[in-house]
Amino acid sequence: MIGPEVQKRISSLRFALLSPDEVRKMSAVKVTTADTYDEDGFPLDRGLMDLHMGVIEPGLRCKTCNGKVDECPGHFGHIELAMPVIHVGFVKEIKDILEATCNSCGRIKLKDEELEIYRPVLEKSILNGEESLEALAMSKKIIDEAAQRSVCPHCGAEQYKITLDKPTTFRENGRKLSPKEIRERFERIPDKDLIFLGLNPNTARPEWMILTVLPVPPVNVRPTITLETGERSEDDLTHKLVDIIRINQRLRDSKDSGAPQLIIEDLWELLQYHITTYFDNQTSGLPPARHRSGRPLKTIVQRLKGKEGRFRSNLSGKRVNFSARTVISPEPFLSINEVGIPEEAARELTVPIPVTPFNIEKLREIVRRGPNPKGEKYLPGANYVIKQNEKGLKQRIMIMEKNAEDVANKLEVGWIVERQMMDGDVVLFNRQPSLHRMSMMAHRVRVMKNRTFRFNLAVCPPYNADFDGDEMNLHVLQSEEAKAEARILMAVQEHIRSPRFGGPIIGGVHDHITGLFLLTYKNPLFTKEQVLHILSYVNYDSLPKPVIVDGKEYYRGKDIFSLILPKDLNMEYKAKICDGTGCKECVFDKCPYDAYVMIKNGQLLTGTIDEKSIGAFKGVLLDRISRDYDSVTAAKFIDNFTRLSVGVISYMGFTTGIDDTDIPEETKIQVDEILNDAIESTKAYIDAYQKGILQSLPGKSPEETLEDNIMRVLSDAQKKAGEIASKHLGMENPSVIMARSGARASMLNLSQVAANIGQQAVRGRRINRGYIGRTLPHFKKGELGAYAHGYVRSSYKKGLTPLEYFFHAMGGREGLVDTAVRTSRSGYMQRRLINALEDLKVTENDGLVIDTTDNIIQFAYGEDIIDPTRSKQGKAVDYDAVFSKALGERFFLQIRGGK
Amino acid sequence: MKKVNIMEHELVPEHYLLSEEEEKELLDKLQVTKDSLPKIKRSDPAIKVLEKIYGPIKPGRVIKIVRKSQTSGKFIAYRVVVEE
Repeated sequence: MIGPEVQKRISSLRFALLSPDEVRKMSAVKVTTADTYDEDGFPLDRGLMDLHMGVIEPGLRCKTCNGKVDECPGHFGHIELAMPVIHVGFVKEIKDILEATCNSCGRIKLKDEELEIYRPVLEKSILNGEESLEALAMSKKIIDEAAQRSVCPHCGAEQYKITLDKPTTFRENGRKLSPKEIRERFERIPDKDLIFLGLNPNTARPEWMILTVLPVPPVNVRPTITLETGERSEDDLTHKLVDIIRINQRLRDSKDSGAPQLIIEDLWELLQYHITTYFDNQTSGLPPARHRSGRPLKTIVQRLKGKEGRFRSNLSGKRVNFSARTVISPEPFLSINEVGIPEEAARELTVPIPVTPFNIEKLREIVRRGPNPKGEKYLPGANYVIKQNEKGLKQRIMIMEKNAEDVANKLEVGWIVERQMMDGDVVLFNRQPSLHRMSMMAHRVRVMKNRTFRFNLAVCPPYNADFDGDEMNLHVLQSEEAKAEARILMAVQEHIRSPRFGGPIIGGVHDHITGLFLLTYKNPLFTKEQVLHILSYVNYDSLPKPVIVDGKEYYRGKDIFSLILPKDLNMEYKAKICDGTGCKECVFDKCPYDAYVMIKNGQLLTGTIDEKSIGAFKGVLLDRISRDYDSVTAAKFIDNFTRLSVGVISYMGFTTGIDDTDIPEETKIQVDEILNDAIESTKAYIDAYQKGILQSLPGKSPEETLEDNIMRVLSDAQKKAGEIASKHLGMENPSVIMARSGARASMLNLSQVAANIGQQAVRGRRINRGYIGRTLPHFKKGELGAYAHGYVRSSYKKGLTPLEYFFHAMGGREGLVDTAVRTSRSGYMQRRLINALEDLKVTENDGLVIDTTDNIIQFAYGEDIIDPTRSKQGKAVDYDAVFSKALGERFFLQIRGGK
Repeated sequence: MKKVNIMEHELVPEHYLLSEEEEKELLDKLQVTKDSLPKIKRSDPAIKVLEKIYGPIKPGRVIKIVRKSQTSGKFIAYRVVVEE
């Protein structure tokens, strides 16, 4: 590791072309042998693994720097090419320059007075390195204009048309230009003209774009891999270099022995192919060079490009230490701030603890336990101790059972113990895709048995996690700064509210909602025994006051729920189960459906707790608590209601099944009648349309009108059938409880199971694709009826006919395709947004949005300087909350009176 | 064709030319130099309209733009005039 004393700052970067002389100068060896090792496995002299280019085998020393394996950085070699060869990376530039310059005198084909007007701007940009889009456009313009000239304005020579045969063959008037000729032409271009081509004559000559000498990368870049069998296998780059040297040698031999021009040209082209693929093995127009096994070789460009390339996979993102990944599973008895970690992972992951006079005894005990403490209960051991000697040199001692006692006794203040994880350590927990900041939050560790990560179900929504096999990552924080920062900024309890919509994103899901619904709906009575069971997981002060019914003591569900509410909370709102239908006028707290929630001084007086109260995304009760109280209180509230609700639902029991959707025979007949009527009605519309007497809707053609009418009639029928079926599915029905309380599914889902699935659609209209004039061969051409265009009359429970099944699959498939397309598209959009916004910041004092060079991007963050996390659904002020606090009871009475 | 004053269009925000004193006041308030303000080209149609009133506007002058905002009702931004 380099010490802090050699820190340097990069002041500028310059890109240039390597000249052949520079390549030779930086080369440690001229490579001439197309082979790697001799029979003894020793690198051949002047071979591709020559020891001058660095060492990869332990024991040997580099012949250039005398360094050992980890000391030698590697050195370049070079290959002298028998004939010049075009560099694929510069083909476009070579073509531009060929077109812009004269074929005989090498000047740019523009008159001096035409050229010189550009000089000042270009010199400023190219010679002084000032970035300028203007200069770029200018040299492009010069090249375009010069290419148009058919006579050189300087020497009067006639100019010909240059064409490029992809990838690397240039032709002039159909005659092939050899790289040698091109190079000769480029040599004629005077330095003073280069600037107009966008080249800086100090760093780049155009002829350097045509290779005469090829740099050979150090062996460290293309190491030999030794398999367990002792077999050696070379890197793809080495393979390619072998090919290059071999052909180069043959080309040189043929040239020297005066072989026929044809043979020389063939070899030359072959050399061009090998060098081209050495740079880029996916050049269009060239077959990729393959390994013996048939796998295409991974050459230089392939190493860098794309998602798996050096940039995106090794530089922008890296693999890290002190991290773990495993399957996740739920654990309702953990706090939302905690995460359960398997013992196996906890033993492997460590936290560095500096030894101080205050903790030395404690740490001795930990070190003494060694890396694998025995015993039923998990106790942290230590894996390493970092010893610091007088010179400040650090030495890592691995702790094993053998030396644990010894190291523990020798422990000194100033050393560092790498302690295994224990309860309370701070870790970062993450699930991909990390789409928002809540995808990575800080949890406190709880070491547990079994091999999954576990967390409270209320934390599923921010991670978008479920337990069908999802895996998550965990990172152990190492420094005190990191731990403090994570605890304050990244802790789960600080992210209960989301900046995405100004409401809670952590909150009750599925069973939490069902559980509290069962507890509070119509205020059921519980015996003391039941209450103690239910509350056994919950923190509470004392039992509520019992009510006496028939001489026995009972506790009411709403009183039990009130135990976990803050004592000074006052709220009124409509619950989720209030669907607003069936009531002429709202009677508020006298609601016969128990759908009006009224909380006074922390007592739930009326109403049912459901998704609207405690659901993630929607819970207004949760929203109020997270906004009006501190994050600790909010976290405790979530911990408590999850435990309470799990207590309720496991004590009372809750189950659902297909018979939840059973409806009586008479109802089935009623549903049938409605559907029959609807079909008849569609037939009437079709009839009217065919007779030409269908009244078109304004702005629509008769065809569109017919479609609209059919769709409307069928969806009305579905709605009506659903309503009739739902009448027989009451609030005691578990499926209905889940749907109405918002725990899972919807009434539409239930009616599709019980009564009627309804029209299937692709792209928002009835199904119209398939054969010519019809969807399937079972129908007549041009048939317009409901069944011919994807109407599914059956219910899921009854089962679909084959034709219905087919149409249903068409509609279902569209959904799948949509999600696939949406995720990839939004992923790309997200990537670009992040790249554009990543280093903008909001100033502390005046809320300006600035970039890293202090340019103002926005004069007020979000134009209102409101932190959306603290907003109420994006609004700066929650007026209702303010008024209710100021006016108290009077406010609620006013709302009720007003409406 | 009829000449239109684009400023009268509802989607074009109000543009005002700041006086030198106002410029100084603004930069003092924001604690920035002119070159870190967002830019507006001299050839911008809105500047052309302002030029009809004030005569030629030199690069370096600051324009105040008042536009409607979804979040705060009214929002004020500033731009410095640049050549091309």
